Amino acid sequence: MASTSVTTRKITIRGAGIAGLWTALLLAQRGHGVTLLERSEKPFTDACSFYAGAMLAPYCEEEVAEELIRELGLRSIELWRETYPELQIHGSLVVAQPRDRRELDRFARMTGGHERIDAARIAELEPDLADRFATGLYFAGEGHVHPHQAMDYLLEAARKAGTDVRIGEEELPKASDVVIDCRGLAARDELTELRGVRGERLVIRSDEIQLNRPVRLLHPRFPLYVVPWGYGFYLVGATQIESEEEGAVSVRSALELLSTAYALHPAFGEAEIISFGAATRPAFPDNRPRIVVRDGHVYINGLFRHGFLLAPALAELAADFIETGAAHSEVFS
Amino acid sequence: MMPNFYGKEIASRLLIGTALYPSPQMLCDAVKASGSRIVTVSVRREAARGRTGQQFWDLIKELDVLVLPNTAGCKSVKEAVTTAQMARELFDTNWIKLEVIANDDTLQPDLFGLVEAARILNEEGFKVFPYTTEDLGAAERLVAGGCEILMPWGAPIGSGQGLANPLALKTMRAYFPETPLVVDAGIGAPSHAALSMEMGYDAVLLNTAIAKAGDPVKMGKAFAKAIEAGRLAYESGLMEPRDMASPSTPVAGTPFFKIDSAS
Repeated sequence: MASTSVTTRKITIRGAGIAGLWTALLLAQRGHGVTLLERSEKPFTDACSFYAGAMLAPYCEEEVAEELIRELGLRSIELWRETYPELQIHGSLVVAQPRDRRELDRFARMTGGHERIDAARIAELEPDLADRFATGLYFAGEGHVHPHQAMDYLLEAARKAGTDVRIGEEELPKASDVVIDCRGLAARDELTELRGVRGERLVIRSDEIQLNRPVRLLHPRFPLYVVPWGYGFYLVGATQIESEEEGAVSVRSALELLSTAYALHPAFGEAEIISFGAATRPAFPDNRPRIVVRDGHVYINGLFRHGFLLAPALAELAADFIETGAAHSEVFS
Repeated sequence: MMPNFYGKEIASRLLIGTALYPSPQMLCDAVKASGSRIVTVSVRREAARGRTGQQFWDLIKELDVLVLPNTAGCKSVKEAVTTAQMARELFDTNWIKLEVIANDDTLQPDLFGLVEAARILNEEGFKVFPYTTEDLGAAERLVAGGCEILMPWGAPIGSGQGLANPLALKTMRAYFPETPLVVDAGIGAPSHAALSMEMGYDAVLLNTAIAKAGDPVKMGKAFAKAIEAGRLAYESGLMEPRDMASPSTPVAGTPFFKIDSAS
């Protein structure tokens, strides 16, 4: 929707998490004067996006999320495709252990965009999972990125597009026309409905097993997933706890995450543990994202567990709003 | 007459767990739709080391319902007692739903641990809601230990199988005519809740059946209606099943009866 007739504005973006990065990039590409402020001294150290699974799974997420998430997610995948050369679109695979097979029926009922596949097809898609699961769901249109590489790339791309990136700075420049606040949970003083939802994840490395796409293992209590990061690295995530505790991963959560990997394939039992990590993700009470326009500030927040899935589409909506005043009725408030 | 739990009259026979909902907003909407007046919250899981998100609790407080903290996931007497003590601090209530879990596969109560933990907590002034089985011996011990309410399982937690052992549940109702009895766990469908009510149970406690429904709010309403229907049926007196047919309008031998006019 970029147009030469649009007046360029001086825009300040607060927070270089996934939402801030995308917003900076899109607005800079459209010719605006963008300043990106990040309070941490080193990029991404405070960003919950850094701990993300970074799956782009608009269909799978429908199990618990509303249609809006799918709609925005599908648009986001298009934007990722246009922007990020390392985007992986190999679909995602959902499996369950024999005793939890009913969970697979429920998952299929709650979601779209999938086909039911048998053991032979699973073996074709993921040779290392051959004979491990009799049936599964394959979501061909889904993808994933490596969160750290993607964030580095976006920061560099925003810089190249002309963004003035100021790391370790919080102070707003005096002369900006618009302030876009992408600070996540740090904006809760102003967005009082925000709450933090703790997520914990694990990174492991294994030379024995190769997965080509994210695999979700359903379980009646915790749906957990393994995402291949390449070079033998795997992210196993993520718990979802109504808590704002900042501390390290609990033993219980570690057990849950480790047993997921192990249940997916016993070869993960020999994998190296690279790191555990935890972050609190910003969410509104309905777990839907919002763009809030208030007192000359535009807030993009409440991305919850969908940061990488929603950030591009939300950034685009915010950019369109700044240029034309157009406001998507389900997102803006 | 509405049930009375530890001196508090409760305006709804449905107790709802707060886990597994797509969002806190959906949880609140479902609780409102169901008319439930008591919600259970897991201390161990949600209050990770005592620092539960304030916003989450604010949302639950806005519902203006009674909070029944539980010791879900505790596997020993000591763990359950400590968790109960933590819950009393956190939620400012001496109510506790006591779970002492025997194993992860069935999540069935460890009755020996349960009786012991209930005794300790009752002595410490807690109002204990024990999650137990239909075992009458254990139930007697719980009552002797100070429990004024019993919560036998319908089926394993989260299984949605309904009332796995209705005969034992009936016996329990007959054996404890005055003690408030709540079917806790295993309820998968409103019909299971209705059946519990028809058997004279005072209330049902459930979580997954509503939280993981396609539309939790609508399912909350469905449970409210089923519970009302079941309770009304119990109060009105159900007919006894018979072995033989017994037409409500005798036809054989009726004078002037014609096939044509029979509709």
